[in-house]
Amino acid sequence: MSADRKLFDLQHAVVVFHIGGMLESTRLIAVNDVSFSLSSEKPEIFTLAGESGSGKTTVSRLLLGDLAPTSGKVYFEGRDLVEMHKPAEFKAFMKKVQPVFQNPFETFSPLRRVESYLFDTALNFGMARNRLEAAEVADSALQMVGLSLAEVSKRYPHELSGGQIQRVSVARALIPQPEVILADEPVSMVDASLRMEIVNLFRKLRDEQKVTVIYITHDLATAYYISDRIAIMLRGFIVESGPVEDVLDRPFHPYTKLLKESVPEPAPKERESWAKHISLGTTEVKEYGRVGCKFAGRCPQVMDICRQVDPPDVQVEQRIVKCYLYTEHAGQASKENKHDSHQISA
Amino acid sequence: MFRVLRDLLKYDGRFRIAFIFLVAVVLMIFLSFVSPYDPNKSFVVAMDTPPSLEHLFGTDSRGQDIFWWMTFAVRNSLLMGVIAAVISRVIAILVGLAAGYQGGWIDRVLMSINDSFVVLPLLPILILLGFLLRDIMNLYLLGVILGFFGWPYDARLIRSQVLSLKERSFTRTAVYSGANSFWITINEHLPFVLPIVFATTINNMLWSIGNEVTLSVLGLSDLTNPSIGTALYWANQHGALVAGVWWWIGAPTLVAIVLFLGLYLLFASLNEYIDPRTRLRLIGG
Amino acid sequence: MALLNVKDLRAYYRTEIYGISRTVHAVDGVSFELYPNEIYGVAGESSCGKTTLIKVISGNLKPPLKVQSGSVNYKLGSYDVDMLQISQDEMRNNIRWKEISYVMQGSMSVLNPVRKVIKTFEDIVETHQEIEDRKAFLGRMEAHISRLGLPAEVLNAYPHQLSGGMRQRVAIALATIFHPRLIIADEPTTALDVVVQRGVLQLLKNIQAETKNTVLLVTHDMAVHANVADRVMIMYAGRIMEEAPTETIFRAPSHPYTQHLINSLPMIGVRMNKTSLPGTPPNLANPPSGCRFHPRCPLAIEKCRVEVPELLVVENQHRVACHLVKEGTR
Repeated sequence: MSADRKLFDLQHAVVVFHIGGMLESTRLIAVNDVSFSLSSEKPEIFTLAGESGSGKTTVSRLLLGDLAPTSGKVYFEGRDLVEMHKPAEFKAFMKKVQPVFQNPFETFSPLRRVESYLFDTALNFGMARNRLEAAEVADSALQMVGLSLAEVSKRYPHELSGGQIQRVSVARALIPQPEVILADEPVSMVDASLRMEIVNLFRKLRDEQKVTVIYITHDLATAYYISDRIAIMLRGFIVESGPVEDVLDRPFHPYTKLLKESVPEPAPKERESWAKHISLGTTEVKEYGRVGCKFAGRCPQVMDICRQVDPPDVQVEQRIVKCYLYTEHAGQASKENKHDSHQISA
Repeated sequence: MFRVLRDLLKYDGRFRIAFIFLVAVVLMIFLSFVSPYDPNKSFVVAMDTPPSLEHLFGTDSRGQDIFWWMTFAVRNSLLMGVIAAVISRVIAILVGLAAGYQGGWIDRVLMSINDSFVVLPLLPILILLGFLLRDIMNLYLLGVILGFFGWPYDARLIRSQVLSLKERSFTRTAVYSGANSFWITINEHLPFVLPIVFATTINNMLWSIGNEVTLSVLGLSDLTNPSIGTALYWANQHGALVAGVWWWIGAPTLVAIVLFLGLYLLFASLNEYIDPRTRLRLIGG
Repeated sequence: MALLNVKDLRAYYRTEIYGISRTVHAVDGVSFELYPNEIYGVAGESSCGKTTLIKVISGNLKPPLKVQSGSVNYKLGSYDVDMLQISQDEMRNNIRWKEISYVMQGSMSVLNPVRKVIKTFEDIVETHQEIEDRKAFLGRMEAHISRLGLPAEVLNAYPHQLSGGMRQRVAIALATIFHPRLIIADEPTTALDVVVQRGVLQLLKNIQAETKNTVLLVTHDMAVHANVADRVMIMYAGRIMEEAPTETIFRAPSHPYTQHLINSLPMIGVRMNKTSLPGTPPNLANPPSGCRFHPRCPLAIEKCRVEVPELLVVENQHRVACHLVKEGTR
């Protein structure tokens, strides 16, 4: 028995998609040698951040057992998810890992009352034996997210606001008393000013309910606000990962720097860096197919080797950076810099 | 329920017409139970008299009051249509749900069967069956047969609806709430499918009654029981048009038109009503 | 000299379902002006009425939406065009794309998915003028889109072959073919990645700086307004709460709602506790009495529940609708 029991353990996971028709198809490596693990000793909020096409959604599908990796392994509590065939095994897994989805208005069927999902979850996972008990379980879950059964009773999804539905969605996920909640862009469709209440919830879940939250987002500001650790993804690679304050206060990877700079902020001193000229460029598929570092096409500090071989994972202080700048090649950067403005693909 | 009716009557002209037509049809069906004449008896009234107050649709060459005979005809035709619709709906739902949700080889097998039925030339087969089963053919059997041929289009429709429902987030939510696939199909997907089923039911009735009329006119259906089609058959047999007994052809034609138009307009207006976006455009503003 | 003058606009949705009629007061007494050579931002949470406002201004009035009262006047040359009474023909011939153009969220609403991009350009140009020389036209379009940083191949592609960011830039290119004097952008970058958003917004700013036209930018993201807009207007429940130059709004917001909007934004570098506003935006079919914000306002007094605060000028170009500001207690 290992002392450091792991909840999720991804080891060099790779997912390759073949897009295109019968006659011509391209290989798209959506997830490229991704490894990380979550310990069950201490609940944490782990953020997987990246723009669209970064691979974070594919990783979330790996974690939910929705998809099998083309190579590499995905373990949950020591068991390989690929070997989870029987419905009973999957149900035991679902009791421990629950999702929260992005679109609040799609999470529940518009033809059903939202409370019915809470009742079903309670009954199906053995948290209640009859409707009366299920109502109690549902009510206490709702109280945890700042609502109550009386408030949502008999309501249909269209009668609630986006923020309220997301909270109900979290409540539903809490009913089986899971160890992990996987939240896939839970606030991106909620008004900016209301995101705090949902995101604060995750902090509360970690601190009071001891639930580990895997937070998938492209919003660095909320990620900074609640995460313990963060992993930045770009075209299938994890380019930088570590404690969130380290990574976002002093980013090492050029892509992390670009991301941080591009987040618009209301504070006046930040506005100058945001206004720095960006020129927009080519399509993202080209970046995927690129050999070597996926950021080489627009990196201001690119070197020859970046374009030839995938960069290695380098441990720097408390984080891991996938960049040649932090290896012995670093000295070559200034000599070979050919770009004077940022090139962005759009 | 009544408010829905009131809304439709108030705002949708098509529904008003459909309502009037169908009420007329239903009235005729009720009247058939109090008919003073037995449709099987002939020569009970004067032959070949044109429409008058005493005989609303006139009388035919067999000495029958056409109006009262038509009440039975409408009743039987509609009953047959209902039988066909019910049977085909049930098959369509079962096939569509199973193929859509299960996918894989079940889907392939079911859709192959489905498509085979679609390409079958229906009329020649019906005619063939009409010949073969001439002895035992009656309206109810015809209804059953049409039911077994009337499901493929709608099964595909239901299947594609289920396919898209499977991809929606709330299906995943149901999975993570611990439900099994059967439960999800019935409780999550079926409610979306039912409005389609309802809309296509009316369409299906139109189709089956149409087929019945065709068969009967050709003399291949049960000629002893009154139906819209057999009315036309007998009229033809007796050379009604040539003999100048136009009301014998006119009456069933008129009834058929009223029935078809009524059903069609009901279908069209309900279809728009079910979709809340088009409904608002009808009503709001 | 105002380019667009909106006076006391009220636009409601009237529906009647199952015999119950509902009136949603989506835009309930909105007055503001747009001037040449500025980027005017409209901010607010969802269901504050900003989308309805755009629909009305752009002549997109379909039942159940109806204008109850008020006026929208656009200055065309030396005379005023009443945007509420304008005919569809005049709209199509003189106004749309030439004077006023649109960039919407989800460029698919303007790009025909089954036609190549260049065809959409042709369609739009041809509604206003004949394309005599096809080659010259193509050359002009290529020059136009290259100024926006797009490669010429984009014209020959189908919309689905382009990424979201590229499609939005094509949408901006379409909106600027005729150098309109007013561009209405409704959440143009909401669905885009943050880096792409930065590029698209900079593009919009550059175009505005070059042509000196007016951009009406509608988005709920206050941080975007902070970096792009010259003046910002805050809407809540169908009414204007505050309107001021961007600098003022962010440095010293007067209205409690504006303050909360800004304070509730997460920022990189900040981990201390933030809370969002309690409660939810009101149901506009049955809005609160008096100041519509009073149920959620931490500073509400009795007067707020009873009397609707007027939108008053507090200082130069700064208008606030709040009783507490009027009384000088803030």
